[in-house]
Amino acid sequence: MTELTDLTLADARDALRQKKISSAELTMAYLAAIEKARPLNAFLLETPDHAQAMARACDERIARGEAGLLEGIPLGIKDLFCTEGVRTTAASHILENFVPPYESTITANLWRDGAVMLGKLNLDEFAMGSSNETSYFGPVISPWRRAGSTAPLTPGGSSGGSAAAVAARLCLGATATDTGGSIRQPAAFTGTVGIKPTYGRCSRWGVVAFASSLDQAGPITRTVRDAAIMLRSMAGYDPKDSTSVNLPVPDYEEVLGQSVKGMRIGIPKEYRLDAMPEEIGRLWDQGIEWMRAAGAEPVEISLPHTRHALPAYYIVAPAEASSNLARYDGVRFGLRVPGKDIAGMYEETRAEGFGKEVRRRILIGTYVLSAGYYDAYYVRAQKIRTLIKQDFDQAFDQKIDAILTPATPSAAFGLGEKGAKDPIEMYLNDIFTVTVNMAGLPGIAVPAGVSSEGLPLGLQLIGRPFDEQTLFALAAVIESSAPPVSLPSAWWA
Amino acid sequence: MNTHVKPSKLIKGATGDWEVIIGLEVHAQVTSRSKLFSGASTLFGAEPNTNVSLVDAAMPGMLPVINAECVAQAVRTGLGLQAQINLRSVFDRKNYFYPDLPQGYQISQYKSPIVGEGTVIVDVSPTEQIEVGIERLHLEQDAGKSLHDQSATDSFVDLNRSGVALMEIVSKPDMRSADEARAYVSKLRTILRYLGTCDGNMEQGSLRADVNVSVRRPGEPFGTRCEIKNVNSIRFIGQAIETEARRQIAILEDGGSIDQETRLFDPGKGETRSMRSKEEAHDYRYFPDPDLLPLEFDQAYVDELASALPELPDAKKSRFMKDYGLPAYDAGVLVADKETADYYEAAVNYGGTKRDPKLVANWVTGDVAAYANSVGLAVAQTHLTPAQIATLVDLISEQTISGKIAKDVLAILISEEKEGDPRAIVEARGLKQVTDTGAIEAAVDAIISANPDKVAQAQAKPTMLGWFVGQVMKQTGGKANPQAVNELLKAKLGI
Repeated sequence: MTELTDLTLADARDALRQKKISSAELTMAYLAAIEKARPLNAFLLETPDHAQAMARACDERIARGEAGLLEGIPLGIKDLFCTEGVRTTAASHILENFVPPYESTITANLWRDGAVMLGKLNLDEFAMGSSNETSYFGPVISPWRRAGSTAPLTPGGSSGGSAAAVAARLCLGATATDTGGSIRQPAAFTGTVGIKPTYGRCSRWGVVAFASSLDQAGPITRTVRDAAIMLRSMAGYDPKDSTSVNLPVPDYEEVLGQSVKGMRIGIPKEYRLDAMPEEIGRLWDQGIEWMRAAGAEPVEISLPHTRHALPAYYIVAPAEASSNLARYDGVRFGLRVPGKDIAGMYEETRAEGFGKEVRRRILIGTYVLSAGYYDAYYVRAQKIRTLIKQDFDQAFDQKIDAILTPATPSAAFGLGEKGAKDPIEMYLNDIFTVTVNMAGLPGIAVPAGVSSEGLPLGLQLIGRPFDEQTLFALAAVIESSAPPVSLPSAWWA
Repeated sequence: MNTHVKPSKLIKGATGDWEVIIGLEVHAQVTSRSKLFSGASTLFGAEPNTNVSLVDAAMPGMLPVINAECVAQAVRTGLGLQAQINLRSVFDRKNYFYPDLPQGYQISQYKSPIVGEGTVIVDVSPTEQIEVGIERLHLEQDAGKSLHDQSATDSFVDLNRSGVALMEIVSKPDMRSADEARAYVSKLRTILRYLGTCDGNMEQGSLRADVNVSVRRPGEPFGTRCEIKNVNSIRFIGQAIETEARRQIAILEDGGSIDQETRLFDPGKGETRSMRSKEEAHDYRYFPDPDLLPLEFDQAYVDELASALPELPDAKKSRFMKDYGLPAYDAGVLVADKETADYYEAAVNYGGTKRDPKLVANWVTGDVAAYANSVGLAVAQTHLTPAQIATLVDLISEQTISGKIAKDVLAILISEEKEGDPRAIVEARGLKQVTDTGAIEAAVDAIISANPDKVAQAQAKPTMLGWFVGQVMKQTGGKANPQAVNELLKAKLGI
């Protein structure tokens, strides 16, 4: 063991329980790493005092033999989760100085189980983006670089801070959220594991809303086991969220290493895009082979409405966002820019408080819900959503246990490379992931290889509703079959 | 319903008769301890912004959770309106910006309300009854309140009402006069109060109405309507309708046309004025609230609520007519207020003995109601108890006192002896009716002998008898049994 920060979450948990290390020293190691990694801009707020106090309390509980599931584990929190008494910004100017007097259910669950908060992580503003470039506080810079290049790359988005922090060893795991791919795409871009659980598995209470019917929280971690451990703590029924589902949370770790023999793995033919780089196709084929080698049976399936998913998503999500973001009006909290009358104050506040991409989506959402366009856009998009769900239902009816696809259509790209002229270019990042949100299914991204430029590439597994266990079992197969992720060297330190 | 024109309802214009068409959207605050989607209290009159949860203030990441009691109250109300209960309904967001609307949208029910079509039977007068159709009832959040009088430069917002549950009860355009509309709202309020689903306190804003008014020539299709927003008393509803109908008739008779618009009623000036035109109408961008699942329950739930409903005014009225032999009018007056009806029944059946129900009704709806009205209270809120009224009626029936003396006793109960026993009062003050014929006879004889001229007149004109009765009563201090006096006088005068 060279560095404390090289331990995985599972290793650290075990070492803490065996009192080989203390949470205090582990936490100090991470705080030091975070300080050195400020050029990555992964943290919007470091909370060292908070972290050290929590770590001391953890060590006391461990000494008393009262360790929780995550006792003493230092985590990063996406700055979309409200944390009591700790500034929560959603990476937006409009919430720049917002300090919630309440704690989100998910973070409360993590603290209940003994986790330690290191700070709040950068993201795309209100989680709207695929490159972390829409953050009011500047983009996150990926710890990864192309071979032989120093050009700054995106860690993906919207959970770019979470993915970068985990990949750069700045925390043992991070909370993230996923509305159209915001956990899985950054995980794939940074060689980390990210799972978006089934809609309703994790409470949305206290998480700043983007698109309520699509938003779902999950962890980003270094390994599949770490994700399994962290999700168990995050998940659970919450009576404060009417869309949360009252089902027991299994011990996801138990399924790791279990045989996947005889499982039928759906390979959706519509996901093989013409414009897809060849290396993505090869990665997918490799994944199929690994499945076969593990005794699972790849089966070609059809998800015929896939091509309508992205356009439909970019109607549903902005529609909900336009309404969800109406509360940022300068009246009760957050930024207020005076105007000549109340309408003027709204206009000034929202024009200054929201960034370009957020304003764009509010406008799109307002448009598609307005009289005369509602049926043509919103209603049709909802119909497509139903058809996409039916596609998956029919696949699962053919005794398919999970579906394997690429996680992203490419490796990470450079900052400023995409979407400047045409936002659609950026939106295409979500092509493999949005269908999963539209259908409310669980999806996991696992590192599976590297691109020709030496950047991580990921595969995605999509599961039946509330069958995250199968995803973890299959993801563990990919993880053990794929060449080990070679860490980015700490060029920033 | 009410499709045929009732000539008595028509308004005479300069160029002929006009028919007024009225539909009402009544906003009734649901009686519940906490708000529709949060645990904050609904108590009226609290300090500003003290009954506000994180959800009501629309803090980031807050989510609504439906209050089961509000759902039950809406279902009870639907049952009370003899309406269709929808086992599946959907909450939608109605989007608009206003400082007293923290979320930037109101959670309401748009396409799929919890209650569908129903009926209310309305007594417009002792002789006229109409049926008003209910189009729908839906649940929605109330908004907060903007306060413009706290500072010279800023407006303040009180969010205590924000998120309080309202039932919007939409009638069909079935009313044809201000009287009908007033009677409908009164009846609706009575039903809600019986059900305990809304306290109906208009002065506290628990019941408000948006009034839709249009006019037409009898037999023609509906005219263009105007909506008068937020009228907050039954009297003002009547005034607003009459004012608005006259405004529309004047325009049409001048050859103009009505613009569909939202208007406000100014009771001070006695006019309605334009608030916003159809072109300025908000685009509310309704869509299903993704934070809430569709509201679903089964018929067994509805049946359970139905089985626990109290007796409603129409049923009570029928029972009063049947069991107590009351005329429809008396029964209707008594049941209009549940507490009055209970008071009446308590008086009729006081002490386990039934007394003359019509006589009790006369007292309760007559002298007792008049007193209650004079002090601005409901009958049951006065200090007069059913026991006192029952005893008073017993004293009359027993011929211990006359009806006239009974009024005096009531006056004593009202003013002097608030917990007094009428029987003891009669005893102590010597008000007992004289039925001793000997004593009465002496008085009669004295009057006859003292007034020979009047005797002759009375024998020629028997209606003079009244004068003699009056004299005898005067002589006996009003205590003589009037019947005995009459009989004795008739015998002695030979008429």
